[in-house]
Amino acid sequence: MGKIIKVRAQDAEVGAYEKAYLPEITKGIGITLRHVVKNLFGGDEKYTRTVSYPEEKVEYPVRFRGAHRLTPREDGAPRCVACFMCSTACPARCINIVAEESDDPNIEKRPKVFEIDELKCIFCGMCVEACPEDAIRMDTGEHVKPFTNRADAVYGKVDLLSMLGRTEKNGEQPVYRGAHEHRARQAPQHSPEGTLPVQDEQPEDAH
Amino acid sequence: MDNVMCSQADKFLGMVPYDWTMIVIVPVAKILFIIAVIIGLYTPLATLVERKLSAAMQDRIGPNRAYIIKVGGKPLTIFGLFHTMADALKMFTKEWTTPKSADKFLFYLAPVIGLVPALLTFAVIPFGPPIQVCDRVVPLQIASINVGVLFIFAVGSMGVYSAALAGWASNNKMALLGALRASAQSISYEITFGLTLVGLMMVFHTVRLDSMVAQQVDLLHWGVFLQPLALVLFFTAAMAENKRIPFDLPEGESEIVGYFVEYSSMGFGLFMTTEFIEMSAIAFLTTALFFGGYTVPTWVATDHSFAMWNVASELWPAAFFAIQMAAFFFKVTVLWLFQFVVRWALPRFRYDQLMRLGWRIMLPLSLANIAVTAIAILAADGDAAKGTEYVMMTGLVMIGLFVLSLFYSRKPRQSGDSGHGHDHGHDEQQATVAAAHH
Repeated sequence: MGKIIKVRAQDAEVGAYEKAYLPEITKGIGITLRHVVKNLFGGDEKYTRTVSYPEEKVEYPVRFRGAHRLTPREDGAPRCVACFMCSTACPARCINIVAEESDDPNIEKRPKVFEIDELKCIFCGMCVEACPEDAIRMDTGEHVKPFTNRADAVYGKVDLLSMLGRTEKNGEQPVYRGAHEHRARQAPQHSPEGTLPVQDEQPEDAH
Repeated sequence: MDNVMCSQADKFLGMVPYDWTMIVIVPVAKILFIIAVIIGLYTPLATLVERKLSAAMQDRIGPNRAYIIKVGGKPLTIFGLFHTMADALKMFTKEWTTPKSADKFLFYLAPVIGLVPALLTFAVIPFGPPIQVCDRVVPLQIASINVGVLFIFAVGSMGVYSAALAGWASNNKMALLGALRASAQSISYEITFGLTLVGLMMVFHTVRLDSMVAQQVDLLHWGVFLQPLALVLFFTAAMAENKRIPFDLPEGESEIVGYFVEYSSMGFGLFMTTEFIEMSAIAFLTTALFFGGYTVPTWVATDHSFAMWNVASELWPAAFFAIQMAAFFFKVTVLWLFQFVVRWALPRFRYDQLMRLGWRIMLPLSLANIAVTAIAILAADGDAAKGTEYVMMTGLVMIGLFVLSLFYSRKPRQSGDSGHGHDHGHDEQQATVAAAHH
């Protein structure tokens, strides 16, 4: 049940001074004029916070979920291993992946087709969370670009790879934290014979 | 002007009779000047200032996109100046629709009836000092007629016909309602509008505007110091006549749209133009009546004259003339801008508040102002200069009281003290708030 809270409704008090009208009006106009002067000649003290959009842009917060991108490997190929975890996680079912055999013996699959329909996408970020390879990110800090044709809203592999994240835009080296890196950290160097070494260490969980 | 030019001018003007020069050529030149200033400068600027100044008040940027040419790849916008052209173009090129059941003749006539009196007002307002051209003295006033201020009242009250006819001719309920409101409002404020100036006429012993301005050379003899209350009442009544916020009930966009609801295109544009012209008219008139017209403050305590100005006016009359013209248009522009400030700072009145203000507050106050002025002049016992001094004293007392009142501010009530007897203004209410429990 509800709890009763006492609230005092306080009316504006109107006395003879307020009824004289003119002093109060003059004060009000004074406030208005202060805004005018500061907004026109105030420099940094402006009250105006308007951003002239196409010319000036506000940078989005760091965790803003913008347009998707596929992160690249060092050779430029997508890090994606076509595991379908993102498209499975996607509540809008906007990710379409067609897998194919990978040339790299260490990588099982790669995407032949990787499409995101940005019209269907609800920008929830679940694909990013689902990805085990850190292959899909929403860190571009950009909108989906405007389009006049529905087909243009479907971003293919090339489009998604061409976009840069904030770190790259700032000229820094991105750090990826996928399963690939995890394996590289865990596993010793390959033996000269080319065979995979026997894993001596116990898994971390056992400790 | 030097003698060579004068003789050349005389030779040229000698071809036409003297009367023609003074009766036709000079007045037409003055009319063209006023038209150029009002329709060419103040009115288009008003459309921009209306939007730009309100933007500055409301912490926005305002229109700043229209441009004609690009300079260096960037559009040349000049603070949105081209929006004035864009607005005018839009008004002219839109479709002009006429209601089927409208009275066609009056429907087309109404906007014009509004425009003409608004422009006629400028005929009697001196906008500069009399200039001496060769051996002729040319007053910078289109028509220096004896009735002066009365002419402005007569012409100004014609403006209500515009609203009344527009509302009636539209054959629209809302338009008619707006027209009725406009008529009632105009008539109510017309009285105050007229009575406020009676005090000024008593002090200056004239209704001629040029003579009134000439008597305001002394800073303390400006109308604002002689008749401060009249200034407030006059300005308020004038704005009410102009039907702008806070007195825009005949329009009242959010409720009845008003007497011009059926007007589109330039028909509506003419009503807007009239409104803006009347704003400049109010600014011109208030400057001439209360702010010394073209006079530059020349007050020095000892002999009531500022020596440098006198020297300048003798040695370099052209510069002195330029300064006086600049002073006049500076005052006009300030008062003109002030109307925009008022328009965007104050909310609209309710209709009963409007009528109460007009009949029960402003009318008695204007009568009281006349009474006080009359007593002050009577106290001087026939001495005109002394009478002006007395009136000035009452005016200064009023200004002083007003300025003092600005420093007064009521302390905000503490939330705890409700024990006083007069505290019926607020009552305690109980509000049930459903608090979400888990």
